[in-house]
Amino acid sequence: MRIGVVTFPGSLDDRDAGRAVRVAGGEAVALWHGDADLHGVDAVVLPGGFSYGDYLRCGAIARFAPVMQPLVDAARGGLPVLGICNGFQTLCESHLLPGALIRNDHRKFVCRDQRLRVESTATAWTSGYEQGQEIVVPLKNGEGGFVADQRTLDELEAEGRVVVRYLDDNPNGSYRDIAGITNARGNVVGLMPHPEHAVESLTGPTTDGLGFFTSVLEGLIRA
Amino acid sequence: MARVVVDVMLKPEILDPQGKAVQGALGRLGFEGVTSVRQGKRFEIELAGPATPEAVAEIERAASTLLANPVIEDFTIHVESGAEV
Repeated sequence: MRIGVVTFPGSLDDRDAGRAVRVAGGEAVALWHGDADLHGVDAVVLPGGFSYGDYLRCGAIARFAPVMQPLVDAARGGLPVLGICNGFQTLCESHLLPGALIRNDHRKFVCRDQRLRVESTATAWTSGYEQGQEIVVPLKNGEGGFVADQRTLDELEAEGRVVVRYLDDNPNGSYRDIAGITNARGNVVGLMPHPEHAVESLTGPTTDGLGFFTSVLEGLIRA
Repeated sequence: MARVVVDVMLKPEILDPQGKAVQGALGRLGFEGVTSVRQGKRFEIELAGPATPEAVAEIERAASTLLANPVIEDFTIHVESGAEV
C-alpha cells in the first residue's frame, strides 16, 4: 500500500511521517507541493511544519498549492487523508474539515508529551484503536487552538466526529478540548498532536501513534 | 491606478490572543482606560487600472478566498480616497 506524504516549502515532519508509514508496513511516496498529481497513492498525509512560513494564516497558502486540487477532489471521493498539525490547519483552510486553528490562548508555543483519548474509531485513521483508549503522543504548536461556532461544535459531538480529545490540561485553548476531528465520511482526519513522532520507542515517548498508520493500511488491505 | 484596501478582523466571538498581549503591554506602559484591543490585518492592493465595480468585485472574491478565512474572520473593502474610480 502506497501512502503519499506531501512536502510544502516549510514542511518539517514529512520525513518522520514517511518513516511512520514504513514502520507501519506501508510504502511512503514523496509528493511535491508543486506537482498537481497524486501519483496513484492509496492515502495521503499532510505533515506538520510551517508551510509558506505560516504567512497570512497557517495553511492558508498551502491550500492553494498545485498538489491540493487533486487532493481535495480525491478526499471528497473518499481517499484517506490525515493532516497533522500544519496539515490539520491546511485541511481546515481547504474546508475539508470545519473550524479553524488560532493562536494558543496562553500565547506560548507548547511542546510536550500529551495524553489524549481516542473518541472515535469510526475513521480510516483510528479504526485500530479501542474506543476511549488513552494514548500519549508529542504535541508542539503555537497556533493549535481549535475554534468553530457552537452549532458546528454541537454537530461534531452529535455525529461522533471528535476523533481525539485532550486529557489533563488543555494545551492551547481548543474549544471542548478537541485535539482532532474527522469529516462526515470518516476518511479525512486532522489533529494537532503528532502521532508520527510516537512510532518507535527509541525516539518517541510511546509507540501509541503507530495506530494511525496501521489503521489506514489495514483498512486499505480490507477494501 | 487605484488602491483598494481590505481590512480583516477576527470575528467578535473568536478569542484574539495577540490583541490581549497588546492590551497587557499598554497597561504595563501606563496607557490607561483601554478596555480591549483587537488586532487585525490591512491589505493595500494596487490595481493596474481604475477601481471599477468589476475590479472591486474581483478583490472581494480574493478577500473571501484567500485574504480572510470566513470561518473566523470578517473583512471590509474600500477604495482609498483620492484614487480615481
